[in-house]
Amino acid sequence: MIDLLLIALYIFVLAVFVGFETITKVPPLLHTPLMSGTNAISGITLVGALISAGAGHSTLCTLLGTLAVIIATINVVGGFLVTDRMLEMFKKKKRES
Amino acid sequence: MKTIIVLAYLLSSVLFILGLKNLSSPKTARRGNLFAMIAMLIAIIATLIKNEIIDFTFIIIGLIIGSTIGAIIARKVSMTAMPQMVALFNGLGGGASAFVALAEYYRLTGGLKTHIIVSMIISFFVGAVTLTGSLVAFGKLQGIIKSAPVVFKAQRFLNILIFTLFLIAGIMFIISPVNNEYLLAILAIAMILGILLVIPIGGADMPVVISLLNSCSGLAAAATGFVLSNNILIICGALVGASGMILTRIMCKAMNRSISNIIFGTVGAISKDIKKDDKQKVVAYTEEDASMMLESAQTVIIIPGYGLAVAQAQFALQELVKTLITNGINVRYAIHPVAGRMPGHMNVLLAEANVSYDLLSDLGDINNDFQNTDVALVVGANDVVNPAARVNKDSPLYGMPILNADQAKSVIICKRSLSPGFSGVDNELFYNKKTMMIFGDAKDSINELIKLLKT
Repeated sequence: MIDLLLIALYIFVLAVFVGFETITKVPPLLHTPLMSGTNAISGITLVGALISAGAGHSTLCTLLGTLAVIIATINVVGGFLVTDRMLEMFKKKKRES
Repeated sequence: MKTIIVLAYLLSSVLFILGLKNLSSPKTARRGNLFAMIAMLIAIIATLIKNEIIDFTFIIIGLIIGSTIGAIIARKVSMTAMPQMVALFNGLGGGASAFVALAEYYRLTGGLKTHIIVSMIISFFVGAVTLTGSLVAFGKLQGIIKSAPVVFKAQRFLNILIFTLFLIAGIMFIISPVNNEYLLAILAIAMILGILLVIPIGGADMPVVISLLNSCSGLAAAATGFVLSNNILIICGALVGASGMILTRIMCKAMNRSISNIIFGTVGAISKDIKKDDKQKVVAYTEEDASMMLESAQTVIIIPGYGLAVAQAQFALQELVKTLITNGINVRYAIHPVAGRMPGHMNVLLAEANVSYDLLSDLGDINNDFQNTDVALVVGANDVVNPAARVNKDSPLYGMPILNADQAKSVIICKRSLSPGFSGVDNELFYNKKTMMIFGDAKDSINELIKLLKT
């Protein structure tokens, strides 16, 4: 069990570094789309919510799970779509100039 | 089956990272977002084939409701309202993570390992603080809650007291995890703390707060990942957490303030005491004066601020720029990192108005060009061009990097009133002899300017 925890910690720390390295390269121009995009990514918690909502353990679990599925899905769908809408505007400019 | 799921999560993680990597250039950014969408889809499908899931009814209901609401919000929201939308979504992400951890607690009654309990506490705490903190930030940005800092006596003491209560409840919960009273106490305390932490923060500090809440929503997902021993949650949460931290740091640097100063400092409220020099008089100019000035100029730099968003003047401004360019004038935009209410807010507004992104320059790239510029046109910005930040050691703005508008040969400022900016500090640039103040709604003033320039 403790091994699993240690591996999870390894993954977490390394992913933080990957995040730092990748995101430092994002120019201020794209900071708003970056924020709404990462925002949608944080909706990954939906993966956990799906299991809670569908595992059929108790009414309480299913209820909490379903609630989590709803709000995480708003986060994911809304976040990605709005980011796409913004980036489309940035892209259009490229063709014009 | 299990191997397939784990490999699918790995593929999904790789696509998320590639997606973020592609966000580093406007040319590839849209593809990057697409990668992230595909990654999310893979992760969802891989989860749905897990044999733990026996009933799809509620999953389908939840997905349909959530997608519908999300799609409607994403379609309807205006670019000026982007900060409050991101604030709201941050809160939802944090809240969802806390709910998942809570459901997991009720599922695994008894026999919880200590590290799972600690992860749960972190998930509840960060998730719930993110949820209520984001809702307050949303309310402030949307104008439902007064956006000025709300400060009361003993605020700091109260925060410390509440945080101590959290620590006590946390320790008690670790000692006896079967008592769900402690858990509910942790949730309640975190929700109260989220409200108390954001309520004293004023509008112009919002870029920092939103970045920080963005980071928290990621960290809450990562903590939930530890609870569920789910690597994809840990990886994504870490990526988002890191992204939010970087943005927070950039925003703090752009204001020359530390994060603790922003959360506990409350600039706007204190500086009311700063005495105003009433001896100085401002001359109000008209659009005609400004249009003559612009006609004789060779180079113009435009400095947009939050006032541009409030007046929804981005389209009018772009129209003006087009007119100026047709008249053979060299026009550029100078964007201060904290202009607006979230990182990159001005860039998005101008992109919406079809401004080519190579006309937009960052503070560092353009600041030395002001001395060779004929006109600096300031639209709805204030503190980011206040020269006091450079010279006046007593000013709360001192040390903040500003755009050197005062070094241009002349300055035109479109502003609703003389009222000081968020910092509560008077701006001596308004009284400068080379400054033309044009009072009124930015959109009306700009439309008037366009009319005059076209005739």
